[in-house]
Amino acid sequence: MFNKRSVIGLFTDEDSVADALDKVSESGFKSTEYEILTGTPYPDGTFGDEEPKHKLYRFPIIGAMCGFIVGLLLTAGNQIAFPLITGGKPLLSIPPMLIIMYEGTMLGAILFTVFGIIFESRLPRLFMGAYDTKITEGYIGICITSSPDKMLQAEEVLKNSGAEEVKRGWE
Amino acid sequence: MQEHHHRTDKQINTDLLSSIFSTPKWWPIATLACLIVYLTGMTAFAYMLNKGVGVTGLNRPVFWGFYMVNFVFWIGISHAGIMISAILRLTQAEWRRPITRAAEVLTVFSLIAALQAAPLVHVGRPWRADLWVFPYDFSRGIWINVKSPFIWDPSAVMTYLTASSLFVFVCLIPDLAIIRDRTKGIVSKIYGFLALGWRGTPVQWKLQIVAGILLSALVLPVFVSVHSIVSWDFAAQIGPEAWHSTIFAPYFIIGAIHSGVSAVATVMVVMVWLFKWDKYITPDHLDAIGRLLIIVATAWFFFFFLEWVYALYTLEGPELAMRELQVFKMPWSAMFIIFVITAYLFPVPMWLFKKVRRNFLWMFITTISVNIGMWLERFLIIVPGLMRKQPLMFNWGSYTPSIVEILMVAMTFAWVLMGMLLFARVFPLIPLFDIKEGMVGRDEIKIGRAKVPASIRE
Repeated sequence: MFNKRSVIGLFTDEDSVADALDKVSESGFKSTEYEILTGTPYPDGTFGDEEPKHKLYRFPIIGAMCGFIVGLLLTAGNQIAFPLITGGKPLLSIPPMLIIMYEGTMLGAILFTVFGIIFESRLPRLFMGAYDTKITEGYIGICITSSPDKMLQAEEVLKNSGAEEVKRGWE
Repeated sequence: MQEHHHRTDKQINTDLLSSIFSTPKWWPIATLACLIVYLTGMTAFAYMLNKGVGVTGLNRPVFWGFYMVNFVFWIGISHAGIMISAILRLTQAEWRRPITRAAEVLTVFSLIAALQAAPLVHVGRPWRADLWVFPYDFSRGIWINVKSPFIWDPSAVMTYLTASSLFVFVCLIPDLAIIRDRTKGIVSKIYGFLALGWRGTPVQWKLQIVAGILLSALVLPVFVSVHSIVSWDFAAQIGPEAWHSTIFAPYFIIGAIHSGVSAVATVMVVMVWLFKWDKYITPDHLDAIGRLLIIVATAWFFFFFLEWVYALYTLEGPELAMRELQVFKMPWSAMFIIFVITAYLFPVPMWLFKKVRRNFLWMFITTISVNIGMWLERFLIIVPGLMRKQPLMFNWGSYTPSIVEILMVAMTFAWVLMGMLLFARVFPLIPLFDIKEGMVGRDEIKIGRAKVPASIRE
């Protein structure tokens, strides 16, 4: 991480970003070495890039299972620990247990989903790398992160691709 | 959506962050007024803590009064906030964009208001409530009774509050990054910390969009469960007549949606009036929510009708006597008439007119009217239901709220207003990235000689 450097080029329209990405790729940079930064969500493939992959859907399932188990242990454990017969019903009365188990299941699913969103988004990110505040004003950035010796080449590619501004950052 | 105001990203930032970067003259006055009312309510609460619940109008058999009415009311308001946001996200309705955040935030503050309204203040010794809610009483070996609806309630409400707060936070992250980029110094650092280092990569955006849909899908079943459980606080009791109804859970849910969607419409109007966001919340949005309200209100009225049919069809003496009390005895009869008129007979015929649905003032009046009616509905379910002698109780009673209860009801309204005002000063009430996404996929297409705004999406 600390032996890498990054450079960002700012563009104003989607077409020039797509063209610039082709040039960056042709210059020998791998797809893991560059990324697009935008202030707006664009449809997949707008810039000719690959569709982002994620494993978010696993998180709610795991969370739901954990929540269900906690709910089951909580309700059964409480009733066994303090055997209070209510209304002549069985000690481990399923319908009221189901309510808390349901809430536990949903809470587990939601907590894990939020954790999954943050984890899969690679957040929190302590070092911003090359970044420009103009991105949240409508500019589109191409950020190349690579070894320090390739920074000059990255700057050249971005300038030749029509970037309005090119600036360096650090990882 | 017929109206189309194209705005650049920079214009959207300037417009929608205006509530954060400039302080309108009315803001400190309104916030201070809410704070005074809130503190007055808290003083009343402190007085009640010191003297006991005897300072309220609660008695035997009317052991639930304003507090519980207010609790059910705020739980109801909280429901449609997330409901409208979640359903509109799941169906990818374009008109959702400017209203989702305000609806979600309204949910969070309403839920906290509901918690302040009854469960904590109602128990006599609130500092001991944790002993019967959380299973941790290791020293005495007394554990919680999971068969009680008053355990189901906290578990459901806390799940819903946690879920809706996280929902708001996750959807807020990209907007926090925008504020981070437009501020300097310590303020920028705080927003940067909250934005978690958001940069706007394709993966982050993809997950943000998926998160909105996934969390909506997960929160919706919770929303249904919460008001069902609130209704079981009533339906699972063996005493009062008119509460043992299998229809209570869906009836409460649809009632919550009716009052909550109306509250969202009220908030939309107020946002336009206070922050001049008329380019983002247009008459088209009000028209859409007005149409939705006609359906929701009519569905609610159907359940209200069914509840009465079931009650009268049984021909049971105590049930009929309770209904007679609600409809023919003063002051309940007057409240009943006001309730039916304000909750349905006045607003719904008004919403049938397009001019009303597209008019900000009329929508404000009609949606406020709905919530006056829906507050009275809860009052008429709870108080007359408890007044009559029950099989397991031995006395008759009536109920007049004390000044302590009135102040604490006012406190919850002040809390929600103050919360929304404070939120609007620190965070954007309209999701900027959602609006920008809408602009990316929006265009005007020509059909014959007409130019029609169109939305393109995946």
